[in-house]
Amino acid sequence: MAVSLKINGENRALEVDGETPLLWVLRDDLRLTGTKFGCGIAQCGACTVHVNGQPRRACVTPVSTLEGADVMTIEGLEGPEADAVRAAWAEYDTPQCGYCQSGQIMTAAALLQRTPKPTDEDIDNALAGNICRCATYVRIRKAVKAAGERLEG
Amino acid sequence: MAPYDKPEKATLATRRGFLAGAGGLVIAVALPTKGRAQTGTTGAATGAVSPNAFIRVTPDNIVTVLIKHIEFGQGPWTGLATLVAEEMDADWAQIRAEHAPSNPALYGDPNFGMQITGGSASIATSYDLMRKAGATARAMLASAAAKAWGVPVDEITVEKGVLSHGSGRTGSFGEFAEAAAAETPPDAPTLKSPDRFIYIGNEDLPKLDTADKSTGAADFTLDVYRDGMLTAVVEHPKKFGAAVASFDDSATRAVPGVVDVKQVSAGVAVLAENTYAALKGRKALKVEWDDSAAETRHTDAILGDCEEAAKAQGVVAHEAGAVADALAGAETVLEAEYLFPYLAHAPMEPLDAVIERSADGGVEAWLGSQGTTIDHQVIAGVCGVDMAQVKLNVMLAGGSFGRRAQPTAHLAQEAAEIFMAAGGDTPVKLMWTREDDIRGGYYRPVTAHRLRGGLDANGDIIAWEQTLAGQSFAVGTPFEAFMVRNGVDATMLEGASETPYALPNAVVSAHIVNNPVSTLWWRSVGHTHTGHAVECFIDELLEAGGKDAVAGRLAMMTDNYARLAATLEKAAEMAGWGRELPDGRALGVASVKSFNSYVSQVAEVSIDGGVPRVHKVWCAVDCGVAVNPEIIRAQMEGGVGYALSAVLFNEITFDETGAVEQSNFHDYRSLRISEMPDVEVAIIKSGEAPTGVGEPGVPPLGPAVANAVRRLTGKAVRRLPMVRDDFQA
Repeated sequence: MAVSLKINGENRALEVDGETPLLWVLRDDLRLTGTKFGCGIAQCGACTVHVNGQPRRACVTPVSTLEGADVMTIEGLEGPEADAVRAAWAEYDTPQCGYCQSGQIMTAAALLQRTPKPTDEDIDNALAGNICRCATYVRIRKAVKAAGERLEG
Repeated sequence: MAPYDKPEKATLATRRGFLAGAGGLVIAVALPTKGRAQTGTTGAATGAVSPNAFIRVTPDNIVTVLIKHIEFGQGPWTGLATLVAEEMDADWAQIRAEHAPSNPALYGDPNFGMQITGGSASIATSYDLMRKAGATARAMLASAAAKAWGVPVDEITVEKGVLSHGSGRTGSFGEFAEAAAAETPPDAPTLKSPDRFIYIGNEDLPKLDTADKSTGAADFTLDVYRDGMLTAVVEHPKKFGAAVASFDDSATRAVPGVVDVKQVSAGVAVLAENTYAALKGRKALKVEWDDSAAETRHTDAILGDCEEAAKAQGVVAHEAGAVADALAGAETVLEAEYLFPYLAHAPMEPLDAVIERSADGGVEAWLGSQGTTIDHQVIAGVCGVDMAQVKLNVMLAGGSFGRRAQPTAHLAQEAAEIFMAAGGDTPVKLMWTREDDIRGGYYRPVTAHRLRGGLDANGDIIAWEQTLAGQSFAVGTPFEAFMVRNGVDATMLEGASETPYALPNAVVSAHIVNNPVSTLWWRSVGHTHTGHAVECFIDELLEAGGKDAVAGRLAMMTDNYARLAATLEKAAEMAGWGRELPDGRALGVASVKSFNSYVSQVAEVSIDGGVPRVHKVWCAVDCGVAVNPEIIRAQMEGGVGYALSAVLFNEITFDETGAVEQSNFHDYRSLRISEMPDVEVAIIKSGEAPTGVGEPGVPPLGPAVANAVRRLTGKAVRRLPMVRDDFQA
């Protein structure tokens, strides 16, 4: 089927099997490989993107449901929250293997857009859907907090 | 695994002129390997993929360090580059890291005699080697500058990547890269004394891979796309040891995008133009399995075999004094059994590989290759080409925890078989799903430990009897020759055959109880269970003898474990051991030496809804010279989280037919951020040779938590994971 949507600010007209999860359209068709496959059942958050500004699991989102949607991936993520998150990620050298980090950053940026100065509890609640098997959680917590403070200043 | 061996004197050689289109200095340092595991590997295994070197200095003033170990989070990219930058006096901003290609002769690990990443050995085996390589590059650059300027070489100084002379002349590494390549490398380059280190031990040195891992730019194997590439998923057997009897692919072939269906030794592969079509096609596949050689029992029966075997003494690995007499004369005798389940590694990136035909008739592969030499051999063998015709690109990998180091190279084999079955000309990407990963075996082996301890009238431990029984993943693989001795796999016993404690009457023995379930090393290997059993039972005995868990351990630690004692004292001090705790909270402690690093942890625990909740962990580590302190801290934090996930939640179980019951993260729970304790890490200052940190943070966590739970509930944890119990504080 034909689907038209905006990806990272660019209009895209796609001819795909409408059942195809957004994840595989991003990766296989558009080669936006920063969005990762981790579980395929919305359990790990490695595939987190923003759809109309909200974090969404691309692995369980059929592309047919996205007609006219505005999709943002890690490659297109920008703005003050994104800058603050990436700067804090660098400050704490947060990633280890790095595979889940696109999803962590997408979720963290969405949290800061909603809640610019999150508490530890806010951070834990917002990011509890993003698994990191390296358990970089201590640094993610510190980095998101620091990003919030950076945004304020 | 293998102990730290001080690298032998390195031989130096420069390689010139093979770096097409990029003139400059290339430094190769060949390290003689000990050849402990040369199962037909190194002789024929020349790799023959250039450029082969450790350091490349190019005229654009970039210093690229080729990393002989795979980067999947433990930090070898930054760590090995730190060693080079230190001795070169480079500017950190000009340093880059990339994976070395497969070449066992050049990049072989001296412990294994092949190119591999494991045993937390990347820094330990590189400390002298990479520093010598850096010092060699520095000397050759200085020599080239001295000649160009017509001044004595000993008047050249180097700072932050700038060569200078008192006359006011300065130059960059890049400017002298080509001239330096013509210099003769020094026989014995001078290494810095530690008091002059600026990068080693630097708290503020940023990691080299953080930026790309924050923008989506870092490429993993799954991110490799080749022209005309097909994506393959494989229907694997539901039971271990089962084989394909027959299959019906008519519905699969009707799925748009599916190109081919091929049987390979691992199962039935569906090849498609895109990932979704491959997954859909696999779902439509009907496979009949032959279970005649399969393991069809419930995991309780498998564990029961281990429990039964552990009741009788096994092959003795350690014996001291007279245990039977000591037990007979003991005032108190305690007995305990500890049971450890199968564990999946569940790295974030499921297994994957890409392989294609090269223009010269060989093959090129992209793989998160941890057992690099073995992967290389197997790809060459399956594709029917020489190793020299295989270009194996080692890719960043989304975690491993041991999963990617396969003595059988089963992943490389599966990918290569599919590639060949599909004709051998079309590029193929093999992708495992999470279900393939959780159900695909290569688990941490099940193990049962049976312990008896005797106390005298003073409460001192006078007898120690430990028998363990479990699977060995080395049996039947190329690693059997050096891992299994006298019928016992040394990795089953590490941490038990030798403990930190003075136990005058002791016997430790083991049984190998094998079955068709595939098993593998899992972050910290034998210490995952030996550390747990020893540290829990010691704690129980100390408590029964009326001793404090910290003071009691310290009193028993032998002189050889003075460094472990120092970490215990530090962790206890940080945690405020002995302080009054809030109601419903308790502290537990454990100390484990693994991979020649010493780690003690104290955990503060409560019970929340029947499950232990860990609030904070204080961790002290002695890993010799702390090359990258922040990476060491991060590895301790990560080790705590990885271990906590396993001891709280994780087990792989089989139903009554032998089929794996778990399939994905909903029923194989991973620790989430909301369950992650705060972690405070202290690094003991040391001038000893550096040792590993990837694994040693794992072993003490489980027993520290279990010991706290016992104090809270009065009930010892005997079987993992802890969610099996409904704890009441």
